[in-house]
Amino acid sequence: MRALNRKLMRDLRRLWAQAFAIAAVLACGIMMLVGMQMTQATLSGTQAAYYDRYRFADVFAAMTRAPRSVVAEAARIEGVALAEGRIGFQAVLDIEGLTQPATGRVVSLPEGGAQLNLPLLRRGRMPERTGEVAVNEPFGEANGLLPGSRFRALLNGRLQELTVTGWVLSPEFVYTIAPGAMMPDDRRYGVLWLPEPAAEAAMDMGGAINEIALRLTREADERAVIEALDDLLDPYGGTGAYGRDRQQSHAFLDGEMQQLGVLARFLPPVFLLVAMFLVNMVLGRLIKLERTQIGLLKAIGYSTQTIAAHYLKLAMLIGLIGAGLGVALGQWMGSGMIASYRDYFRFPVYLRDPATGVMVLAAALGMATALIGGAGAVRASVLLPPAEAMSPPAPPAFSRGWLDWAVGAFHLRQTTMMILRSILRWPGRAAITLFGVTASVALLVASYFMFDAVDLMADTLFTRGNRQTVTLVLASSQPESAVQDALSLPGVRQAEGAYSLPVRLVLGHRSRLSAVTAHVEGETLSRLLDDNGDAVALPSEGLVLPERLAEALGARIGDLLRIEMLAPPREVLELPVAAVIAQGMGQEAHLRAEALFAAMRIVPQVNRIHLLADPARRADLDAAIKETPAIAGLTDWSETRAQFDATLRENMSVMLTIQTLVGLMTALGVVYNAARIQVSERSHELASLRVLGFSRWEVGYVLVGEIMLLTLIAIPMGWLAGYGLAAGLVQAMATDLVAIPFTITRRTYALAALAVFAASLGAVLLVRRRLDRVELATALKARE
Amino acid sequence: MDRPVFRTEGITRLYRTGAVEVQALRGVDLSLTEGELVVLLGASGSGKSTLLNILGGLDQPTAGRVFFRDTELTRVSDRALTAFRRDHVGFVFQFYNLVPSLTARENVALVTEIARHPMRPEEALERVGLSARMDHFPAELSGGEQQRVAIARAIAKRPDVLLCDEPTGALDSATGVQVLEALTAVNADLGTATVMVTHNAAIRQIAHRVVRMGDGQIKADERNATRLAPHEVTW
Repeated sequence: MRALNRKLMRDLRRLWAQAFAIAAVLACGIMMLVGMQMTQATLSGTQAAYYDRYRFADVFAAMTRAPRSVVAEAARIEGVALAEGRIGFQAVLDIEGLTQPATGRVVSLPEGGAQLNLPLLRRGRMPERTGEVAVNEPFGEANGLLPGSRFRALLNGRLQELTVTGWVLSPEFVYTIAPGAMMPDDRRYGVLWLPEPAAEAAMDMGGAINEIALRLTREADERAVIEALDDLLDPYGGTGAYGRDRQQSHAFLDGEMQQLGVLARFLPPVFLLVAMFLVNMVLGRLIKLERTQIGLLKAIGYSTQTIAAHYLKLAMLIGLIGAGLGVALGQWMGSGMIASYRDYFRFPVYLRDPATGVMVLAAALGMATALIGGAGAVRASVLLPPAEAMSPPAPPAFSRGWLDWAVGAFHLRQTTMMILRSILRWPGRAAITLFGVTASVALLVASYFMFDAVDLMADTLFTRGNRQTVTLVLASSQPESAVQDALSLPGVRQAEGAYSLPVRLVLGHRSRLSAVTAHVEGETLSRLLDDNGDAVALPSEGLVLPERLAEALGARIGDLLRIEMLAPPREVLELPVAAVIAQGMGQEAHLRAEALFAAMRIVPQVNRIHLLADPARRADLDAAIKETPAIAGLTDWSETRAQFDATLRENMSVMLTIQTLVGLMTALGVVYNAARIQVSERSHELASLRVLGFSRWEVGYVLVGEIMLLTLIAIPMGWLAGYGLAAGLVQAMATDLVAIPFTITRRTYALAALAVFAASLGAVLLVRRRLDRVELATALKARE
Repeated sequence: MDRPVFRTEGITRLYRTGAVEVQALRGVDLSLTEGELVVLLGASGSGKSTLLNILGGLDQPTAGRVFFRDTELTRVSDRALTAFRRDHVGFVFQFYNLVPSLTARENVALVTEIARHPMRPEEALERVGLSARMDHFPAELSGGEQQRVAIARAIAKRPDVLLCDEPTGALDSATGVQVLEALTAVNADLGTATVMVTHNAAIRQIAHRVVRMGDGQIKADERNATRLAPHEVTW
């Protein structure tokens, strides 16, 4: 090995802590990029392959009842490649070991095998006879329903015993969530596949269907097909055809990927940018400290190019370590994220995509970052004539300014003066520290605010919005007296009726599938709240729309909306928009019950009943519900809340842990390096203070004070930047289904500030210890 | 004039760098009295700077004892050594060691802020003839001026001893004379015991006493019968 290369390796070993800190910051940026891109590539690749292989349909529609011949007619619509009809409905299930009733989404298996949304058998066999059923794998797993086990189901009001024959996965149910539920609950919500004759018999649908799915040709116009299908199904009580974008499982999957895509696009560049600045600064200063050595090398005859190459190699080595570490950590992070998705998105296999292109790009970026950082400083140093390079740099020039006035006014100590002058003398250097600390505070704010948002959502939804124990979904609309009947169920203390219908909202050429909920005056259990958690006072007439829905329709207050009911009584109403409210989670239109029923000219009705029940008598209530034919399903709110908390928090905590680590690493890396370089550049000056009789801590104050002052200045800047970043994330991550409310609590600001302050202090104190090791006598002698 | 300020008993100092051992001091016994101006003369590597650093509490001997008045410096803690430097010792170095971000006045104030009975920074700067340049930063001062700021900083705390390591080493002779004049004036006016390390034999003539060092030992210790004023010295 040549002497110069040996020097390179020794330099790297000598500077290992600094080199590692730089590499780690770089690695964080690359890790985020690789990890997120890999997760996204894996999810979308897996989704595409699964949809393709198992023929996920493009258009879906439901109706009350249509003759089977309608399938052939639908297949003749231009652009339709394949049409398939089936029977689908909801059922209440009584599973052994589960006190509460579960809800099932039942679909019939076409005779002769499905052509669309092919079920993939994972275990056992498909059902062949009446009384047999296949269940979706997660439901089977969660309830231990191995082939051969039995459970009872209330099918169209008739209690039946079903035998499980197998477990199935389907592209239609990658993500399963009960209607009206917030979170998937594999124990209490399942998908059931019944042989067609069994479904026909259960629903009295001989020769008829109530659901249809279409596969389109490549060049089909989806909107035209949907319109034609709506026309075709209208006489049969069609509830509005929709494309994949409104298919529940797909919409959630897509929404998640969209959010992931946003994170993958926004966050990694922030990190890479911070890393680039940092690497640039640190390498630059590191090389400036080497100027005497550079002078020496030139003096003994090394060419400028050789010396430049030597230092660039050092930069590249650091870049290489950072890139390698980043790619490895990115793979690890990607695997972790993919694993956490496995519980939600049930694909038969995950086709792992290592995102090779991104990896190469990230590695190249890392190297380039280090090289650019090194090049500037190397240039400045190698251009000096050797004699000048070898002599110590001239004392930096300071000048008097407004600060000197400030000293007079505040009687600052001279050591404080040193801190202030150093910051003012090298604003660029201070700016980099500021930038790094600001970025890390911002990142933590933008990470922690998710908890605030979730807390607010939970509080709005559960504590304030929905105080009922359970909500019963009735099989059909009932007169208001049904609420009185519900009061006689065991343990019920309070009952409140509600009426909710699927509708299509139309304004001009825009339309949206949604629901309308009618609210009774003085409701106390389930209330309509906005994002601030305030109860919305419903106007006596007209509709109240959540912001996002109004936006989608282009609706403003006063606009007349056309409401096409997609369930009996299937009327068409025209009502004005009376108000638009901020409600990130809301997708439904609301109005007063009186207003709705007056417009419909019918007596008030209910199709949902909210119950407040005695917890001690829950078992009796559950048992009664399981056997009441009029009830088609129910939502258990305490269960929902528990699920909501557990799932969301668990899910978020992985990301948040990573982001916190990355944020703190950035602060540590920036501060550690800034402090190390300070010590190298000023060891002489600081040693003189020791000689003059300043104690270790008084001298340490000059170093620690400067860095911590910068940290303190950076914290409010980080708050501001974090606010902006969080606002941007909220905007970018809002999907059709969910918009995260934008709220940042003081706790979040405080936590972010505290964490970064502690990291900063830790880093600078670590460096301060080096001051103790400076030999006073030699530090003063050796002036270089 | 005969009360000893410093007394050393057989001090040795061994430096170890890797496998190499360097014996910088080999048993030095020395006593310095109040108000004395002593020049420590010797070639490079004779041990004079090591001795000065040990007297000033910047370094500890490998063996032997050092007393400052009644305190045994070789037995006190690091904290006490810091206090010793803060309260009793003024240092002047070859390379000034001024804080570049502070003006002349502020460099002196750096010390007066932590000293017990300091003079005003302005007074200290006046003593070295720098009243007119008090608000200049080190980068705006010549080498001689910077060294005089360093002397002002050293004397501003009214130290009991002034330890100077090659104070004129980086200066031309005319500037060096100005610095020496400042030092002798302080010694005469304030009665501060002053130890000056130099390899410049010409300077010995301004001292009360000259201690010659070589090979880590004291080779000669003599008093000057007649002293010269700094401006009478040339080199």
